[in-house]
Amino acid sequence: MSKIPGDLHYTRSHEWVRRLSSGQLEVGITDHAQEALGDLVYVEVPQVSRRLVAGEACAVVESVKAASDVYSPVAGQVAASNEDLAHRPELLNSDPYGAGWLMRVVPDAAAAAGPLLTPAEYAQFLEEAG
Amino acid sequence: MPFIPHTADDIARMLQVIGAQSIDDLFDEIPAALKTAALHGVPPALSEMEVGRLLTERAWRDGRPLNFIGAGAYEHHIPAPVWAIATRGEFYSAYTPYQAEASQGTLQLIYEYQSMMCALTAMEVSNASLYDGASALAEACLMAVRAHRGSESRRILLPRTVNPTYGQVVRNITGNQQLEFEAVNFDRREGRVTLRALQAYEGQDFAALVVQQPDFFGNVEEVDQLTDWAHANKMLVIAVVNPTALALLKPPGEWGGLAGGTRGADIVCGEGQPLGVPLASGGPYFGFMATRMLYVRQMPGRIVGGTLDSEGRPGFSLTLQAREQHIRRSKATSNICTNQGLLVTAATIYMALLGAAGLKRVAAASAQRTADLVRALCQIRGVSAAFDAPRFHEAVLLLDRPVAPVLAALAERGISGGLDLGGSYPELGHALLVCATETKTEADIDAYARALADIMRPSPVVRGAI
Repeated sequence: MSKIPGDLHYTRSHEWVRRLSSGQLEVGITDHAQEALGDLVYVEVPQVSRRLVAGEACAVVESVKAASDVYSPVAGQVAASNEDLAHRPELLNSDPYGAGWLMRVVPDAAAAAGPLLTPAEYAQFLEEAG
Repeated sequence: MPFIPHTADDIARMLQVIGAQSIDDLFDEIPAALKTAALHGVPPALSEMEVGRLLTERAWRDGRPLNFIGAGAYEHHIPAPVWAIATRGEFYSAYTPYQAEASQGTLQLIYEYQSMMCALTAMEVSNASLYDGASALAEACLMAVRAHRGSESRRILLPRTVNPTYGQVVRNITGNQQLEFEAVNFDRREGRVTLRALQAYEGQDFAALVVQQPDFFGNVEEVDQLTDWAHANKMLVIAVVNPTALALLKPPGEWGGLAGGTRGADIVCGEGQPLGVPLASGGPYFGFMATRMLYVRQMPGRIVGGTLDSEGRPGFSLTLQAREQHIRRSKATSNICTNQGLLVTAATIYMALLGAAGLKRVAAASAQRTADLVRALCQIRGVSAAFDAPRFHEAVLLLDRPVAPVLAALAERGISGGLDLGGSYPELGHALLVCATETKTEADIDAYARALADIMRPSPVVRGAI
């Protein structure tokens, strides 16, 4: 059973979202996602200041067996990217909710509340997906 | 088991099962206008003996002209061992091997090919080859747009000194992917791209500048200046290079850096045909591509890597496959994901046989022969060199009369005298692109000069001159 921290929001494409005190949103991929991908060998994070549309492919995570896009859960502008992942992609496997974060986004005011899942909803979604 | 997959009975039974009247019914949804009609000049089934005779007769019709045409495909001497080795059963496949456990020989050959291409271009990583030079440039343009992290631009500066056929192929392949190309003009006196021509694009948002070296006219471009300009304007540099010329000229990985701190071209591509592949009426050839390690995940095509097996023994396998379509599907770096294995085999053997010193001798002899040819032809009244930039093994000549009839008269004397540039560069006037490689002797050049002098003897009629 993969970890689903109670203080985060989630998407059906397996991203998590953390609201920081600055108002920025921190985004990463879930424990379930890193487990399904296997050992990551490469992570491509978005350029700082890039504008994102909700649902837009904004990062790439590549393991020894697959490469997947990561989709932005919200519309906004990239404030920071986790540059450590370029040299240490394994952080995403070892600490997906911490050191393995992908980007921080300043959300557009109108789009701040997206159709995100609660921890319980995400857990149920995983269960139903089998 | 017979080698015939379906008998007429098999076919009739299958058609009955699916409820179709004929095989042609299966292609009903293709509009009639798009279907290719019967091929003219191709007879119905013939015996082996009849086929042999027919093809020999047709080959005779071509004759054995003395060839002075280059323009992207070059006649070089191919040492006999190249194809004797390349066509051994162990190598004789056009395909890239997936099964590392059964393909170590082929994988090692491709790995050595990649290493040689890296050495030749001074780049960090090469792929296992692409279809040809023109499609390699199209892939390089798409790659530049993906790889340029500082810009979302899909516009590319494509100078008119780049092979115009490549320009057509590039526009064709990238046409549905919203890439835009800006044709940069060349300096009329030098026949190459100058900083003056680029000034108009200063500060604009382009993904890349394409630089062909030597350019389509055979001229040696000022690659350091052009590379520095592109990098200063936040563009990537796509180098299109002739691999033979690289034995003499500065490799793209070292271009630029006039003010110190070189980073070189970002993507290098080109036509591999000069490396041991015969002209063969235009193909099959192979394209090559190399880049900096920073961009390896944006590079299309197969890549063979060196590794160790579970017992620590050195071996080879395909690597970085998450870029490719069998894993990434529609998000792959390219959906042309094979290589030209057999032609790369020949090129690798060619380069290994010649070595760096041998390739340098081929390049130097070709440059010398072209210089001799230009000198001989320019002594003829009505013939002059179009440009004054240094050249490699091609040159543009200006005639005092239309080129086509002159080429036709040369062809009657068994000489393919060059390429008429009128169609692509009307502003040059009666322009003829000529090439001489190491395969041309002094006697060959002399024969061309004598034939041309003879044809050009009667001066063109000038109306109103009398």
